[in-house]
Amino acid sequence: MKEYDIVIVGGGPAGLTAGLYAARARRKTIVLERTGTGGQIVLADLVENYPGFPDGIKGFELGQAMERQAKRYGTELHYVEATGLERRGDMHLVKTAEEEYLAKAVILTCGVEQNRMDVPGEAELTGKGVSYCATCDAAFFKGEVCAVVGAGDAGLSEGLFLTRYASKVYVVSDVVLASEIVQERAFANPKMQFILDHVVTEVLGQDRVEGLRLKNLTTAEESTLDVAGVFVFIGWHPGTDFLKGYLKMDEGGHIYVNHWMETEIAGLFAAGDVRVDSARQLVTAASDGATAAIRADHYISDHFPAK
Amino acid sequence: MAEPKEVNDGQFESEVLKAEVPVLVDFWAPWCGPCNMVAPITEELAEEYEGKVKFVKVNVDENPSTAGSYGIRAIPTLLVFKGGSPLSEIVGVRPKAEFKKHLDAAVE
Repeated sequence: MKEYDIVIVGGGPAGLTAGLYAARARRKTIVLERTGTGGQIVLADLVENYPGFPDGIKGFELGQAMERQAKRYGTELHYVEATGLERRGDMHLVKTAEEEYLAKAVILTCGVEQNRMDVPGEAELTGKGVSYCATCDAAFFKGEVCAVVGAGDAGLSEGLFLTRYASKVYVVSDVVLASEIVQERAFANPKMQFILDHVVTEVLGQDRVEGLRLKNLTTAEESTLDVAGVFVFIGWHPGTDFLKGYLKMDEGGHIYVNHWMETEIAGLFAAGDVRVDSARQLVTAASDGATAAIRADHYISDHFPAK
Repeated sequence: MAEPKEVNDGQFESEVLKAEVPVLVDFWAPWCGPCNMVAPITEELAEEYEGKVKFVKVNVDENPSTAGSYGIRAIPTLLVFKGGSPLSEIVGVRPKAEFKKHLDAAVE
């Protein structure tokens, strides 16, 4: 078992910012990351709304810079999946697939994962035409017809990126939810074609995607759409299954906190996209992470004096 | 540090298909965010499995024919090769423990 002042669960912008602040407060700090650091911004081609970068910055470059900055002040990073959390006296015990971590304070920054459509063919054809990252995979679809499922900011932005390679990009969604500036760009792009009031009921194809089965939400009529690629952006869900029953969460699995990012359990904080009422922005995740780390530092000073 | 070796279309047969040990092939591209996310994990694994599994990277931008012949349409895709053919496949960023499961199965 390893002992730390602060254990941070999740290495996205909230967790890496918390790590930066905790390490600068000279707290012995580790970030536990399940897959890879950077969080959702890693998928973004260009981050255009983070202050200080007027020309935008590549999502993964910003993520890597945040990691370097946190490590520079001594934050450790370990690639392991957290599997449980419990109290041990005044301390918190973080269980993982490998060893256990004992901490005076824990900051949960587990973030969110992309939703799957959960329709037949989707899992089987992932990597064979079903994708969750246009910036990664668009280049495999030069001159081909593709579809984006979902019309939020992510769906339309990724769809616009796809038009650099694909000959045509259908947008399949019930409604359009993207911000005005993204909508304007999408509607102005001649390669983008909207199929609204529809949902996908099946991904068609054997060894690779050949099409989609669609359902009209008003008439319930079914149709097929020939596409070589389908890019899915239908929202996110928090990665908090391992905390079910331990903490107060909303129906979607977001953790309740106060304005100091404190959960109902002393010394346990949650920050970023994983918390209830997050604005789900890079800048708010970073802000939450800083708030949680500052408060965790105070909490340790108050509850673990003479150290 | 045992860093995965860059392999091109021309070297694929000798470096991967004819390798004596199982090979983890990381199909990636420099502009792909999640590929950069996976890289530190494969580097750690390369160290842990040194001598037992060979680790290589194929840049799909520069080597489209290898990627194409294995039907790669998403990156990162990581294929585990054993005895000249793909044994298993990992698409996208996954927990390190999952990579280990695939590698342990290949080593047995």
